[in-house]
Amino acid sequence: MFFNSLLTNFAALEVGQHLYWQIGNIRIHGQVFLTSWILLGALLVFISLGTKKMENDPKGLQNLLEFLWDYIRDLARTQIGEKVYRDWMPFIGTLFLFVFVSNWGGALIPWRLIKLPSGELGAPTADINTTIALALLVSLSYFYAGLSNKGWRYFEYYVHPTPIMLPFKILEDFTKPLSLSFRLFGNILADELVVGVLVFLVPLILPIPVMFLGLFTSAIQALIFATLAAYYIGEAVEEHH
Amino acid sequence: MLAFNFFGATEGGLFDINATLPLMAIQVVALTYILNSLFFKPVGNVVEKREKFVSNNIIEAKNKLSEVKKLEADLLTQLQSARTEAQRIVSEAENESDKLYKEALELANNEANASKEKARLEIESQTSAARDQLSKQADDLSELIVNRLILEK
Repeated sequence: MFFNSLLTNFAALEVGQHLYWQIGNIRIHGQVFLTSWILLGALLVFISLGTKKMENDPKGLQNLLEFLWDYIRDLARTQIGEKVYRDWMPFIGTLFLFVFVSNWGGALIPWRLIKLPSGELGAPTADINTTIALALLVSLSYFYAGLSNKGWRYFEYYVHPTPIMLPFKILEDFTKPLSLSFRLFGNILADELVVGVLVFLVPLILPIPVMFLGLFTSAIQALIFATLAAYYIGEAVEEHH
Repeated sequence: MLAFNFFGATEGGLFDINATLPLMAIQVVALTYILNSLFFKPVGNVVEKREKFVSNNIIEAKNKLSEVKKLEADLLTQLQSARTEAQRIVSEAENESDKLYKEALELANNEANASKEKARLEIESQTSAARDQLSKQADDLSELIVNRLILEK
């Protein structure tokens, strides 16, 4: 009896259910795009408001945005290096902001109150498609960064410091996007599930510390994703002597 | 299209990979360009302009400070030389006034001595004149006395 109700409760979490949109003959997960549009819209509005009237003496939102910019610059500069970090700062910053806004938006906004015909709204980063998309973009970026900065000498990296490293370095090109995407996906999905299950079992008080932990995890995951992306790019453009 | 079925769902599942992936990638790339023109460029311009301004001001201030220090040292040496000059002038003036004082004293002494001598001589001459007159008068008187005495007899 208890297990039955538990199972229906778990079923009520609707794990792995999606709101399908059919465009031509392709199908996409509508709920991911819906939440991402809402969150990115909010982010863009926030940024437009903050950069509307830029002054030499920063006030209010501009202060916050400048702090954010400085934070992202430091991240990009320490990982990528003084020489090319400027080219990659927007990309690293976008990754950070996208993942951060997605994670926090998913954790802070009570999406569950909005009923969808199928699936439910949540963090866009709790969908494997989003995280794989981000991870593949990172892979493309570091290949592009290495090739555009060093040309064919980029491949010296694979036999550095000895040719024995070649298979491991090739393997790394697959494990990097894999670990990037699954780390983010797993963390955010697990957080959503834990909070969801706890809310169903004990609706009061108990989920709150877990929710705070979720906010912490979300921020950390955004930082980890951006830092690792910057590190991979930095590794690709690094000069070996 | 890849479609893994997990958790017994007939369609979908946790690892349902479909066109969401490339569309999301395109969306993120678009977001990168939008954020670059909306956020990273303008904020970067402002921040870097300010950093440049601040560092320029710091350099300028340092230059000014070193200039001020140089001027200060310059002034200090000038002050030192002026002070020694003043000391020299004061001691010179002191010497001179000392000399003048001595000269004046000597002159005054000499003059006093001379006038004293003159007065003494005058006194002496007057004394001798008076003595002469006195002895003359005594002579006259004695002569008178003598004449009277002679006439009475």
